[in-house]
Amino acid sequence: MKPNETNGSAAQRSYMARHWRHHRSVRIARIVILILFLAVWEAAADAGLIDSFFFSSPVRVVTCFLTMVREKSLFVHIGVTLLETVASFLLVVFISLAAATLLWYSRGLSEILEPYLVVLNSLPKSALAPLLIVWLGTGIDTIIVAGISVAIFGAIINLYSGFLQVDPEKLKLVLTLGGNRRDCFFKVVLPASVPTILSNMKVNIGLALVGVIIGEFLAARRGLGYLIIYGSQVFQLDMLITSILILCAIAMGLYQIIQIAEHRYRKRT
Amino acid sequence: MESDILKIENLSFSYHTLNGETRTLQDLSFSVKKGEFLAIVGPSGCGKSTILSLIAGLLEPEGGGITFYGADGKKPGIGYMLQRDHLFEWRTVWQNVTLGLEIQRRMKPESLDRVKKMLEDYGLSGFASKKPSELSGGMKQRAALIRTMALEPEILLLDEPFSALDYQTRLTVSADIARIIRNAGKTAVLITHDLSEAISLSDRVIVLSKRPATVKGIFPIRLTLPDDSLLAARKAPEYSEYFNQIWEELSDETQ
Repeated sequence: MKPNETNGSAAQRSYMARHWRHHRSVRIARIVILILFLAVWEAAADAGLIDSFFFSSPVRVVTCFLTMVREKSLFVHIGVTLLETVASFLLVVFISLAAATLLWYSRGLSEILEPYLVVLNSLPKSALAPLLIVWLGTGIDTIIVAGISVAIFGAIINLYSGFLQVDPEKLKLVLTLGGNRRDCFFKVVLPASVPTILSNMKVNIGLALVGVIIGEFLAARRGLGYLIIYGSQVFQLDMLITSILILCAIAMGLYQIIQIAEHRYRKRT
Repeated sequence: MESDILKIENLSFSYHTLNGETRTLQDLSFSVKKGEFLAIVGPSGCGKSTILSLIAGLLEPEGGGITFYGADGKKPGIGYMLQRDHLFEWRTVWQNVTLGLEIQRRMKPESLDRVKKMLEDYGLSGFASKKPSELSGGMKQRAALIRTMALEPEILLLDEPFSALDYQTRLTVSADIARIIRNAGKTAVLITHDLSEAISLSDRVIVLSKRPATVKGIFPIRLTLPDDSLLAARKAPEYSEYFNQIWEELSDETQ
């Protein structure tokens, strides 16, 4: 039975009312901050307190956005960045799961590879981008590899340590039922790690986007990263800031999709 | 005299770490009769669980051996109940109790029918499609027992399977599970640190010494049961005598 505001005792009803009032005020405060920020920005630009050539203004951003929509070029840029990000993300999920599984099966292998993984994970991946351009050219595959390179090593390390945290007694149970290591993995380790995998995905989608934008800065003719660099080079700061805001919306949207998947999973179990 | 189902002779075992060797079992010998309910008690950390792991084949003995006398000369099937129920939350109760059959690829209609019958007999039939978290402590333990019994083992190894339950539930569930195992005609080896549990449930109590463990004493238990209530065994006239004997045998060890 789902609790709602029409049943329960008076105390429960007042608790529920307090809860929803709090919830509402948080939401209102968030919206107020956004409106306040936009209003101050616009007012400061109109009053000449900040130079709108450098700092743009909400009105100029909207105008720029509409122009770019009319020219249709914006959708190509957004589409390219989205495609590259989703492709790197899916590849990261697939490769990191396969690699972490391999490491779990072979303790020797994981011990041997550990220092390499740690070094590669702490290396700033933007340093690799120029190398990738030389090796792979300036096509979409370079950007996707750049996106993968940012997320992959952390993903492998996180998943592997998540696999190791599974209760050894549960593995013993599978052995007492006559199972082997393969049964341990598929009946216990993998299903028990679904929450780890999902939270790992939330991190990875953001990192893939970071990698894709770095790649587009250096080696692209299309995409939001290219638009940002192009905007700065031709001093079209309206275009630059508009692109950044679109990037914000994309990052939030992608994160939300995985959040919803996680929520669905929680509800099911 | 009933025949032995397994015989342990001069069994030795040590755990090895970089800090050295921990001698756990030393020349341990005893046998288990077919259909008997045997309890093993001993000071904590004396290697009781190690004995079960060796019987189950999860560990290899370093010295001595274990001989099985199963029906038609084969090794008898062994079921193992761990300290906690370990029902998987991502599976329904039904998927949990059939886990062993699934792993051994024995999901045949007759096996599944037997599991279904057990769920009915032990009052869980209405919960087959529920998640384990929706069951009470006692129900979870019964579900864990069904999961073990589904593979039709001849010998059941019980590694303090009631220790995670609160006292009242523990009394009911342990009596319940012992009755189920007896009615099914299985042989059981129970490990416990609870003397009253050992005396009230078993036919024989083996007392182990502290590490490295050897057999300190064996006590056959014969209780005159006043009635068939839950606490009957604890009200039997012989109960306190056994309790004192075993207690003294054990306290020599813990001093």
